[in-house]
Amino acid sequence: MKTVSRLIRSPEGLAGLILLALPIAAAIFANVLFPADPLSIAGPALVPPFSDPAFPLGTDRLGRDVLAGLVHGARASLAVGLAAALVALAIGSLVGTVAGLAGGLADEVLMRVVEAFQIVPGLLLALAFVSVLGASLPVVVLAIALGAWTGPARLARAEVLSIRERDYVASARVIGMHPAEIAFREVLPNALPPVLALSSVIVAGAVLIEAALSFLGLGDPNTVTWGAMIAEGRNVLRSAPYLSIIPGIGLVITVLGVYFFAEGLNNALAVRGIRS
Amino acid sequence: MMLLSVEGLSKTYPSGARQVPALKDVSLTLDRGRTLGLVGPSGSGKSTLARVLLQLVKPDAGSVVFRGTDLCALRGAELRAMRKHLQMVFQESLTAFNPRATVADAIGDPLRIHRIAGRRERPSHIAALLERVGLSPALALRSIHEISGGQRQRVAIARAIATGPDLIVLDEAVSALDVTVRSQILELLVSLQRDRGIAYLFISHDLAVVRAISHDIAVMDGGRIVEHGPSAEVTDNPKSDTGRALVAAVPRINYQAGGAR
Amino acid sequence: MSLPIAILHGLSVRYRAGGVAHAALSSVNLEILEGERLAIIGESGSGKSTLALALASLLPENAVQGGVISWPGLGREPVAGRDIGFIFQDASASLNPVLTIGEQIAEVVRRHKGLGWRAALAEAQELLAKLRIPRSEQVLRSFPHQFSGGQRQRIAIAAAIAAGPKLLIADEPTSALDTIVQAEIIRLLNQLVREAGTTLVFITHDIALASGFADRIAVFHQSRLVETGEARRLLTDPKENYTRRLIESSIDLTTPSMVAS
Repeated sequence: MKTVSRLIRSPEGLAGLILLALPIAAAIFANVLFPADPLSIAGPALVPPFSDPAFPLGTDRLGRDVLAGLVHGARASLAVGLAAALVALAIGSLVGTVAGLAGGLADEVLMRVVEAFQIVPGLLLALAFVSVLGASLPVVVLAIALGAWTGPARLARAEVLSIRERDYVASARVIGMHPAEIAFREVLPNALPPVLALSSVIVAGAVLIEAALSFLGLGDPNTVTWGAMIAEGRNVLRSAPYLSIIPGIGLVITVLGVYFFAEGLNNALAVRGIRS
Repeated sequence: MMLLSVEGLSKTYPSGARQVPALKDVSLTLDRGRTLGLVGPSGSGKSTLARVLLQLVKPDAGSVVFRGTDLCALRGAELRAMRKHLQMVFQESLTAFNPRATVADAIGDPLRIHRIAGRRERPSHIAALLERVGLSPALALRSIHEISGGQRQRVAIARAIATGPDLIVLDEAVSALDVTVRSQILELLVSLQRDRGIAYLFISHDLAVVRAISHDIAVMDGGRIVEHGPSAEVTDNPKSDTGRALVAAVPRINYQAGGAR
Repeated sequence: MSLPIAILHGLSVRYRAGGVAHAALSSVNLEILEGERLAIIGESGSGKSTLALALASLLPENAVQGGVISWPGLGREPVAGRDIGFIFQDASASLNPVLTIGEQIAEVVRRHKGLGWRAALAEAQELLAKLRIPRSEQVLRSFPHQFSGGQRQRIAIAAAIAAGPKLLIADEPTSALDTIVQAEIIRLLNQLVREAGTTLVFITHDIALASGFADRIAVFHQSRLVETGEARRLLTDPKENYTRRLIESSIDLTTPSMVAS
């Protein structure tokens, strides 16, 4: 596929894929590499990293394996980050496209709804949602998406408003294309690239909000998450900073990887320049 | 035989606090197989008229009777069905196509939408259409932005004739082309009209080109039709101020050039 | 009108895009005589715009220039704005949308004539009057978007000649305008350069348009200079086939109608 090869050849795409390879591999092979429950006590407490070959990254206050936690935590962060971003992009694109194409009252109403959600900071919205509905992975995903869908909605609408006036949309109407087909074949594919470019910011934000929620103790208590690990390390920050730093590095690599990958994807998806 | 009868078309656009009249009580007729040229300075309403004719926008008043039916009264599926007989070619061929389309997509869409050719017969229909407009059938797989401007405009014409329309509106269709390519495209249009009896509404600000290809000419200015008649009459003996200004403004090869003016 | 203001010695320009070099101009040898009106004629891909940009030192970064442009008429390298004025096809390209007209024209005057703001604005107002732009005082305080395409182009011309340059380069200045506005602008431009003795290099695809005022014509085709000559001679007795084709493709009111009436 042309897109895939262009993606690999661009420096951003390649950097992104390399950086993301680690957390993705970790997420996929977590159960193979560390079949035991990462929340179970594996050894003595507060073993420093790189000292004991049985615990390459050390153990925490309760003696849980940090590396196991890191690897399993990748799963939660990535899963929640991606799922939340996907939900946000889907809802946002749909609402934005409908608003842009429908115009009039429908457009006005939808935009007021978007604004209502935009006013509340994403983290607070997620906090409120999770506090009310309880902390489980699906709820966390929805909570994050609730704050993130407004960006894609605005952007999709702006793109659609511009595309709507273009000659090729008029041409599609002239040949008798059904409005639904125009929306999905002519408008949406050309409106998506800038919205997809936003996806990096959303995934990154989602990963961080999930970490924040877990840090505050509002994440799913039955899964290991990097946020929870950072929270745990808070208590011994002076004596054993590695407990917070290591999952923090995991977050940095993931967010950077997502960012670069999305840049590369956007460049690869862009339609090639025209012959003059 | 009268194919198109436009009666009292008016259209006003709100611009800020004001209402800008783009069309004021426009009426005209067009017979089968004939070409009506529509000329006027920019802002005269030619493009608005084209858009109203094609029902891309609905007029505030007036009727567009095409093949015996008032198009302004049609909606939805009925209107879409009527589009088989009425097509358009735009000025900028590059923006007239979905940037992600191939030549085959562009020509195949109308064939598919109006069920003229099923999936299996479509490639041969597309090849035949490409050949008719002077292009190699091998072009079908190319992307729209990979071919030249002249080739793209031929694809636009192939797309327009795909459903066998009775009328094609050409909105500045040759204005953006090189002069050598322009002559070829005009010849193609004339030959298509001869073979298939298609009527054209040829819109341009270039009076010379309009005169060369049209049987009759209508001159527009400020949203109205200010003059109307057979081509030779309108250009040899213009009666309106706009007509006179347009005639005077036509660049003609001046063999006495240089230093003289 | 005998000394050259600029001489192109084997000028060539290549554009580099993604590892592939594309030749826009190949070995052009051309003299531009002081005070003459030289028309550069070509279709798309001929290199005519590249020539204009090369003369004005406006080539983009990925352009590789070969050959030499010497300026015997100036005795030194030209200074943009003072020695050379440039008019673009799209007036929006030369006018800053967030500055008033007065600021933009006065800036040229200030920079190259060393006048203070008030004197510069007064000169700007005079220029606008010279270009037949009404209500010049109000115009000075207005913004480009408030004007039509034709008016914007007049303003762009005013800015281009504000510092009294010896050479004025116009790159298809009227191609985006309708024929009536085009005729007015050509008339105006012709008058201005003849009054001031400015050398005019006028780029266009329309040989008939050029024939109305050019002293000499240079024809370009696919990066090469095909033919040069005094306008009248070239039009009545073209030596090259391509020049002949260009002249034949030109359509004016004497061109016979393509449709049987």
